[in-house]
Amino acid sequence: MENIEKADQLKKNNRVRLLTRERSKTAMIGTQLSDKTGQSHIIELVGVNKSFGEVQVMRDITFYIRSNEFLTLLGPSGCGKTTTLRVLGGFEQPDSGTVTFEGHDLLPIPPHERELNTVFQRYALFPHLDVAENVAFGLQIKKLPQGEIDSRVSQMLSLVKLDGYGARAIDQLSGGQMQRVAIARALVNLPKVLLLDEPLGALDLKMRKEMQIELKQMQRELGITFVYVTHDQEEALTMSDSVIVMNEGAIQQIGRPIDIYNEPRNAFVADFIGESNIINGRMHEDFRVLICDKWFPCVDRRHENEEVDVVIRPEDIDLVKPADNLLNGIVTSATFKGVHYEMIVEACDLEWLVHSTDHKAEGSEVGLSFGPDDVHIMVKSAFSPMRGKSDQDSASHESERGADYE
Amino acid sequence: MNKRFGRLSFPYIIWVAVFTIAPLLLVAFFAFTSYDINGNLYFTLQGFRNIFSGATVTLDWLGLKSILGLDIQVPVYVTVFLKSLSIAVIATLISLLLGYPVAWLLAKLKIAKKRSADFLLFLTVMPMWMNALLRTYAWLALLEPTGIINTFLGNLGIGPVQFLYNDFGIGLGMVYNYLPFMILPIYSVLVKIHPSLLEASSDLGADNIYTLRKVIIPLSLPGVYSGINMVLMPAMTTFLIPDLLGGGRYMLIGNAIQRQYMISRDYTTGSALTILLLIFVLISMSVINRNAAEMSEEGGLM
Ligand SMILES: Nc1ncnc2c1ncn2[C@@H]1O[C@H](COP(=O)(O)OP(=O)(O)OP(=O)(O)O)[C@@H](O)[C@H]1O
Ligand SMILES: [Mg+2]
Repeated sequence: MENIEKADQLKKNNRVRLLTRERSKTAMIGTQLSDKTGQSHIIELVGVNKSFGEVQVMRDITFYIRSNEFLTLLGPSGCGKTTTLRVLGGFEQPDSGTVTFEGHDLLPIPPHERELNTVFQRYALFPHLDVAENVAFGLQIKKLPQGEIDSRVSQMLSLVKLDGYGARAIDQLSGGQMQRVAIARALVNLPKVLLLDEPLGALDLKMRKEMQIELKQMQRELGITFVYVTHDQEEALTMSDSVIVMNEGAIQQIGRPIDIYNEPRNAFVADFIGESNIINGRMHEDFRVLICDKWFPCVDRRHENEEVDVVIRPEDIDLVKPADNLLNGIVTSATFKGVHYEMIVEACDLEWLVHSTDHKAEGSEVGLSFGPDDVHIMVKSAFSPMRGKSDQDSASHESERGADYE
Repeated sequence: MNKRFGRLSFPYIIWVAVFTIAPLLLVAFFAFTSYDINGNLYFTLQGFRNIFSGATVTLDWLGLKSILGLDIQVPVYVTVFLKSLSIAVIATLISLLLGYPVAWLLAKLKIAKKRSADFLLFLTVMPMWMNALLRTYAWLALLEPTGIINTFLGNLGIGPVQFLYNDFGIGLGMVYNYLPFMILPIYSVLVKIHPSLLEASSDLGADNIYTLRKVIIPLSLPGVYSGINMVLMPAMTTFLIPDLLGGGRYMLIGNAIQRQYMISRDYTTGSALTILLLIFVLISMSVINRNAAEMSEEGGLM
């Protein structure tokens, strides 16, 4: 639970944000590269490219995985997450680039000799074996004594909440149960690195949250390095030590969840991680940006280009009385979302998403108030036009608020 | 639901009645009847009596006589039956040993989406479209003492080797004729094994041989069993192959039946033999299939 609450808290806690701001300002894509925590890199990928025919699925992928960390690959469907895992698992050979494991070249080593195990996206359970036999498969290969195999298998099954399911046939399991068998089958081998490809995708929300906590706890206790794939940003933020955001085969940003959330490197990341208002802006000088023909203070220096993307989080906007130095508009919709209200404000021909605990009725005239550090300036990127097309829940808002971008 | 199923299965019931039940009843009818001198039909068990009485010979099967020196007298038909069974079983095993790797190779090509897979499969199936008589005659030309192979061997100073008119020739004919029936069912289960299962196996540390033993073979057992059924049964009952490659001197159970019908014109004995053979086939098939079901439940034979 703690983790999930942490993420919610994360989104609101401005103080934390300011503290981390200075640190992450300098660190762009290579947060990890400059990391000096002293932990060793268990896996390093450098300049990995992979194409299937004409389609380039991995573009110059470079990242490091530290021992015992929980690293998440996050990105929309088809962005190359599974392919990256398959390169690590040994089921795909990259066209170019190097992959090392504890300093040794990993690429010539066949999958069965790699010290990693995979939880496959489509489970890949053995249909001719029952649940316990599936879980025992790897231990049997290691020729452990039967007694130890049995006890480890039943421990593992109770860890994934499948006690008493040992003798079940695979085709008599639900999708969620299969997924948990797949997790157990990989984790029981206690590999140095566990690759998990959307391992919780088929679970209902409650089971998903429980398993998130369970997995995170196992990862900590067993000291296993997790490389986790998901396209659920909340899952990525709550569970990970590091997050790698990918799009169209390229890494968009690497960093701690909090850095990625607070300092998205470009509009794609900003949009993919949580909901955002993304507006066109202009900068003629440092610390001042022109939004909708009004000047606003910000904490960024002028970029090379005058044209920038401005990102303002919905929860960073306060609705106040209209004033000359603010963007003023009319509340067009207000929906109660449990903890906060979600309001859409039409101002300067754009629809602004605002999250606030203060309710403003539909039709009220308001001013949009935000501070200098709520204004995130981003270089216009190739991905700017892409935003809003992601399969995240924010997508619907983005397309409704189509006026945000031309 | 039940009603609808009944209506849908109606054509099938007709089909079974016309092509399966009717011939069976006819054979059963022949087996238990005969005509007296006046041409009157009467019930009789003479057909079965002919099979089990009649001349006896010393049984030489599995080395009972030649190795153990035992002198067990059995009716001629029993030796013929046992001989047929041994040759059919051996031919089936050889077909399995040859057919499994071929099926595996074809499936591998097919899964890798190689075009050659379809072509090779076509080549495998093609002989089945040719008349069995012609195919078997072709072997005669190859294997005869003056045939192509012996001529070749003769040029090398070997032979002539006696290929025909013995167990080798007949076994070869059976393997050749029935191999596609072994390959096809095994192939069709192998192509259905999802590649991700093989990846999962090697991910868990299995090398190729372990994966073959613990994943591929167990998952392909249904195909293996149906292949065995499809080779063992025709090999057990064929008369064409021993007739041609055995030079007419070779007697398997199929020939025995054929001769009762076509030469002795003794429909009663011929039909009685047919019925006994049918009972044997049904029993052995159900044993094989029960084993198949048990084994696939236990997860394989290794
Ligand atoms: N074997 C293959 N042959 C051809 N194209 C492939 C192959 N495997 C993957 N691709 C393509 O590569 C791209 C990336 O696929 P990948 O499976 O890595 O995506 P993903 O990020 O895991 O997506 P998802 O979240 O939907 O699982 C996709 O466009 C996919 O169609
Ligand atoms: Mg995937």
